[in-house]
Amino acid sequence: MMLVFALFFLLPLLFVTIVSAWDYNEYEMIPAFSLRGYSDTFEGCIADLPNLCTILKTYLKTLKLCLLTWVLTLLIGFTVAYFLAFHVRSKTWQIVLTLLCTIPFWTSNVIRMIAWIPLLGRNGLVNRGLEGAGLIHQPVEWLLFSEFSVVLALVHLFTFFMVVPIFNSMIRIDKRLIEAAYDAGATGWQTLVNIVIPLAKPGIVIGSIFVITIVMGDFVTIGVMGGQQIASAGKIIEARLNALQFPAAAANAVILLGITILIISALTRIVDVRKEL
Amino acid sequence: MGEKRPRSFYLLAAFFTAYVLFLYGPMFAIYILSFQGPDGGLTFPMNGVSLVWFGKVFSGSGIVDIGASFKRSLQLGLVVMALTVVLSVSAGMAFRRSFRGATFLFYVAIASLIMPSIITSLGIALEFRLLDDFIIKSGVGDWTTAMGLFTSGLGAHLTWTLPFGLLIMFAIFNRFDSRLEEAARDLGATPWQTFRHVVLPIILPSVVGIGLFGFTLSWDELARSSQTIGSVNTLPLDLQGLTTTVTKPDIYALGTLTSAVSFLVIFLALLVILVLQARQRRHGSDAGKGMV
Repeated sequence: MMLVFALFFLLPLLFVTIVSAWDYNEYEMIPAFSLRGYSDTFEGCIADLPNLCTILKTYLKTLKLCLLTWVLTLLIGFTVAYFLAFHVRSKTWQIVLTLLCTIPFWTSNVIRMIAWIPLLGRNGLVNRGLEGAGLIHQPVEWLLFSEFSVVLALVHLFTFFMVVPIFNSMIRIDKRLIEAAYDAGATGWQTLVNIVIPLAKPGIVIGSIFVITIVMGDFVTIGVMGGQQIASAGKIIEARLNALQFPAAAANAVILLGITILIISALTRIVDVRKEL
Repeated sequence: MGEKRPRSFYLLAAFFTAYVLFLYGPMFAIYILSFQGPDGGLTFPMNGVSLVWFGKVFSGSGIVDIGASFKRSLQLGLVVMALTVVLSVSAGMAFRRSFRGATFLFYVAIASLIMPSIITSLGIALEFRLLDDFIIKSGVGDWTTAMGLFTSGLGAHLTWTLPFGLLIMFAIFNRFDSRLEEAARDLGATPWQTFRHVVLPIILPSVVGIGLFGFTLSWDELARSSQTIGSVNTLPLDLQGLTTTVTKPDIYALGTLTSAVSFLVIFLALLVILVLQARQRRHGSDAGKGMV
């Protein structure tokens, strides 16, 4: 196991870091120290300073998509987990309903993305429905291949990663605590805010880490659902790779990695991940 | 338990139902659309019902060689599944006693799980590229590349499936009564006998679960494969490529087929788990009931 991780995870990471500081030309990488990968990435950033350069804009956009997805998955995931943990009473039903949420996770992501096309497309169900209801007269264009569809697909795909850890934290909450709060005269809302949320915090944090890291590095969903038009941190790396500019791709990967680690370390300040398993 | 359910129950139940619809609705839309008649397009309404598009997928006309990538994905998935099960179970056993580097390995596994896939993918691609350069320089004549489905591709998939397997093993052994093993030892069982006749039967349903994760995660894996698979494509990669070029329902037919394989595997795995659990109950074992 260690060997597999060493060969296919640690070593590759090391190479990414090394190669990010290599020189390159149109078709190959040159093993000589150079920060060209980095400087190319930030090309023109200082020149047009009052305006943001492409790379910063791209990262800001990625962060924005990430934040939107995070908020939505958290809200939906928390509600679903809350329902499963506290309102479903029999163990069998809990298992059945959890499985129901899990099965899509075992099927292909690409297919789950494609699946939105007949619904959101120009002649899709949503547009037809709205037209039929007389609400609009022309098809709404921003439903598909837009930031809207990207976020929708991301939420669709990854809410599962929120549900599982939060549910896992919630079923460990001692039900007597909630009864005690109830007996002490707390309203449902007060119980939720003062008891359930603090105790479910580890699950919330773990789920957040999953969702944020996935979205930060994502290029497939953004590519397919954005009609290959929306740039993101992951897309930059992919584009550089397709141009065979490995050092530049690696430099971007290092930057992305740095940002992701920053976010994760901020989150893990809140909770000790290992203790929660 | 007879108390009346509060109003919030119904609200939340409605929310949950909406969520499930949100999860499944779009998928069923394409399953239905894949049976589109020959004149049908990419969206509703249906123009008749037919199997034309499935035929197109099988005959391979118009699209890339789907049959081949289907087979490749299947092979890779099975190999990944087998390795994931073996490695996860042995690592899970090892983690029950602390050993040198246990914490480190744990953190590496977690890091591997949450690392943005594109970075892992890029790293493995670079690793193999450098290896190729090195081999070519050291004078092997017609060397092309070490990169391929069962070298770099396999490795990339394992970095994704193994952490899941390991976490499931942790969950199992957190609930495992180690007195059962002691009892076996006291009765004179060798370590292998203990594992084979005591531990394995108890954890078997969960091991099937690990296999399920191993296969389905590999079968659908895309981001990590993208740079590491070499010159050939797996099924999800082909599908992704098709999203930009194909404007006919054959892509839906392909999607339906791919999902059918997933569902078949899920169904078989769940069936096996149920049978195993039923057998455990029949034999009167109290294992797996969470006694501590």
